[in-house]
Amino acid sequence: MVAPLVEPADELTIDEVRRYSRHLIIPDVGMTGQKRLKNAKVLVIGAGGLGSPALLYLAAAGVGTLGIVDDDVVDESNLQRQVIHGQSDIDKPKAVSAAESVAEVNPYVNVIVHNERLDNDNVLEIFSGYDLILDGTDNFATRYMVNDAAVILGKPYVWGSIYRFEGQASVFWAEHGPQYRDLYPEAPPPGMVPSCAEGGVLGVLCASIGSIMVTEAIKLITGIGDPLIGRLMVYDALEMRYTTLKIRKDPNGVLPTELIDYEAFCGAISDEAAEAAADSTISVTTLDGWLKEREDGARDFVLVDVREPNEYEINKIPGSVLIPKNEIISGRAFEQLPQDKQVVLHCKSGVRSAEALAVLKGAGYSDAVHVGGGVVAWVNQVDPSQPSY
Amino acid sequence: MSVSVRIPTILRSYTGDDSTVSADGATLSEVVDSLESSYPGIKARIVDEDGALRRFVNIYVAEEDVRFAEGLATATPDGTQISIIPAVAGGC
Repeated sequence: MVAPLVEPADELTIDEVRRYSRHLIIPDVGMTGQKRLKNAKVLVIGAGGLGSPALLYLAAAGVGTLGIVDDDVVDESNLQRQVIHGQSDIDKPKAVSAAESVAEVNPYVNVIVHNERLDNDNVLEIFSGYDLILDGTDNFATRYMVNDAAVILGKPYVWGSIYRFEGQASVFWAEHGPQYRDLYPEAPPPGMVPSCAEGGVLGVLCASIGSIMVTEAIKLITGIGDPLIGRLMVYDALEMRYTTLKIRKDPNGVLPTELIDYEAFCGAISDEAAEAAADSTISVTTLDGWLKEREDGARDFVLVDVREPNEYEINKIPGSVLIPKNEIISGRAFEQLPQDKQVVLHCKSGVRSAEALAVLKGAGYSDAVHVGGGVVAWVNQVDPSQPSY
Repeated sequence: MSVSVRIPTILRSYTGDDSTVSADGATLSEVVDSLESSYPGIKARIVDEDGALRRFVNIYVAEEDVRFAEGLATATPDGTQISIIPAVAGGC
């Protein structure tokens, strides 16, 4: 048990009593619990997959103040899972679209829109206005920054992450248990762990993990139940299994006292890949020219798409062959690659192809290059008739 | 000594999409080698070049994180459930 995070508001209006009656008749919540929710200020980072269900349920539950941080706009490919946005919201800032949905769900919620990217310059100031931080972002750099800022300010950090059919959730609160750095002291090197933009995510998984996050936020605010502090919830949708694992404070762990350079800490791209790509990156327009020269017999090279087979089914650059990145990283694909022709690599956006390029350079393919921006840039700039993803 | 190992999604490309596999070994180190012989390449995702457990992958023997037990030397009694839990950042 942890003491309630938030003091109760003075009163609920008659309208609020009517609205929240199904909460009020639960003895553990009651009037006092609902008044605590009314007084609570929760910041949701990212109005995306996890942020969508989280915001909708926090709003419906009567959390009095909801902050929304997001600097992205709604894209059609978001709508498979980001249920707070709709068809008419495409191209609208996500924070604005989410705020409109929250207002529709519950007009008694005070919504604060932070239509900006969270960074070292604003994170502490933004966090300082809230009781609890709920994080549904999509990259390691932000995760560590959010953790560190939450530790510095002594705020509870409700955390969840998703990938394909699998999700994880926990509550980090250094005053009462472990922090995120105790669970994962270091971020994986870039390229080793795909994001859901690269690997995909089952839309409804967002609701499974988002609902755990909201449940924990409500428990912390009202001081009921056993919080998910010091425990990691792992959910596997395919097996339909929840597993709870212990998280301990790392005895050698250090609590952050100041913010660091998170891009450098996590690395947007590995040093090896950055070095390999430095003077061996071509643009999609250059590639377009090369492909035409190849057709005319004026140039010879092999174009290798290092994505996965199901991505190759969605779109492709004509004249490419598919060899997934892991086949190149492991060296298994070397026999398929010609020694006497230049190798040109591409992927979705240029990260995986840079990783593969570093391995090829190391294996002696010194004139190999990769395509900056990958097939996404190809569709945008050369062949808009193909779908992107 | 046979143990059951739960494989996370991001490592299932090594196990032919199997989510649970069996392996042999009296310690975690032996279990990892057993996995490597069945599923070449998987060890490098768990253990670094110096043979230490990677710090963005957690391994639980039963419910205990081996970083707080004996690390790779942690005993893996017959029938133990081992879980590999990697850091994942997705929230999008």
